[in-house]
Amino acid sequence: MGIESYLPEGFVLTTTLEKLVGWARGNSVWPCTFGLACCAIEMMATSLAHYDIARFGSEVFRPSPRQSDLMIVAGTLTKKMSPMVKTIYEQISDPKWVIAMGACASCGGIFQTYAVVQGVDQVIPVDVYLPGCPPRPEGLLAALMKIQERAKNERFRDRPDIVTEEDIKKYCIQRNIPEKIEAAI
Amino acid sequence: MAKASEIIKLIQKKHKKAIIEAQEFRGDPIVIVKKDKLLEVCEFLQKEKKLLFNLLVDVTAVDFLPYKRKPRFDVVYILVSVDHDHRLILKTQVDEGEKVPSVYSLWKSANFPEREVYDMFGIEFEGHPDLRRILMWPGFEYYPLRKDFPVKGFDFDKKWDPETIRENVFKY
Ligand code: SF4
Repeated sequence: MGIESYLPEGFVLTTTLEKLVGWARGNSVWPCTFGLACCAIEMMATSLAHYDIARFGSEVFRPSPRQSDLMIVAGTLTKKMSPMVKTIYEQISDPKWVIAMGACASCGGIFQTYAVVQGVDQVIPVDVYLPGCPPRPEGLLAALMKIQERAKNERFRDRPDIVTEEDIKKYCIQRNIPEKIEAAI
Repeated sequence: MAKASEIIKLIQKKHKKAIIEAQEFRGDPIVIVKKDKLLEVCEFLQKEKKLLFNLLVDVTAVDFLPYKRKPRFDVVYILVSVDHDHRLILKTQVDEGEKVPSVYSLWKSANFPEREVYDMFGIEFEGHPDLRRILMWPGFEYYPLRKDFPVKGFDFDKKWDPETIRENVFKY
């Protein structure tokens, strides 16, 4: 049925584990269902039939951050919303990628005001910045392909265990989590 | 549908002393009343058969700081009568630090707009059931729509740390 039917019997493919895992990760980058402003409309358009993000294996917008790999920050990030965005980012399990979609998410855009964070990179690390107000769906697909490239060429050593014990302690102090739960983490 | 001049006349007949100024703008009446007579006038507007203003569309405010006017703020009420299909812009003047009587007891829809005015201008409403900030997070120190507040705020150039407001936002 698939590509294997074209292979002669007893055929063996060899590759490195890194490449195989990268290939699997890169072709099923599931985004988080998450939109903040007008850019989210464009993100929805990208996921529908006309632009068909399913061609890239990213059609499954997961409602739970624990099942997703990609966070598309689509829209204006207000200061009041920023703790939630950080929490969602932290809840996504590794490996994870972030696209800052639109001028607002990249640098604050037209909203140079007291209420808007001037770029989500102040809150969470960003992999791809996508300019435009709003960017066209083709733009989002291009950004997604950049993420795929990154995922496919990533080596295991590029992503070391980022969470050290010290990080956990810092996290617990920041959030006022008691020591007992700290042990459970 | 009553004409604007008729509406003004009706209010003037009953509450002559409460009115500071009354005018007409593009077919809609604008009436400025004294702050301490506000509730009386509002009740009259709502109950009077010929007026019957039964819908409060919005409550907002204007800051007259650049004009150095003495009661610094105008609180603006936009009223509509669904039955008679006419509208009225009701204003009252209030200075910094003074309180305005809440019209929540007459129109329940005053709840959120009054909270917004409190959040953005710092005008307090007396008798409001739940006067908290509505747009900004609790613990925000300024009133952003006042004219002496810079649009960019005071920490525009600094890096924003969401942890500083996390507790306030989640407790809300
Ligand atoms: S970049 Fe433009 S389209 Fe996107 S959220 Fe900002 S204002 Fe809206």
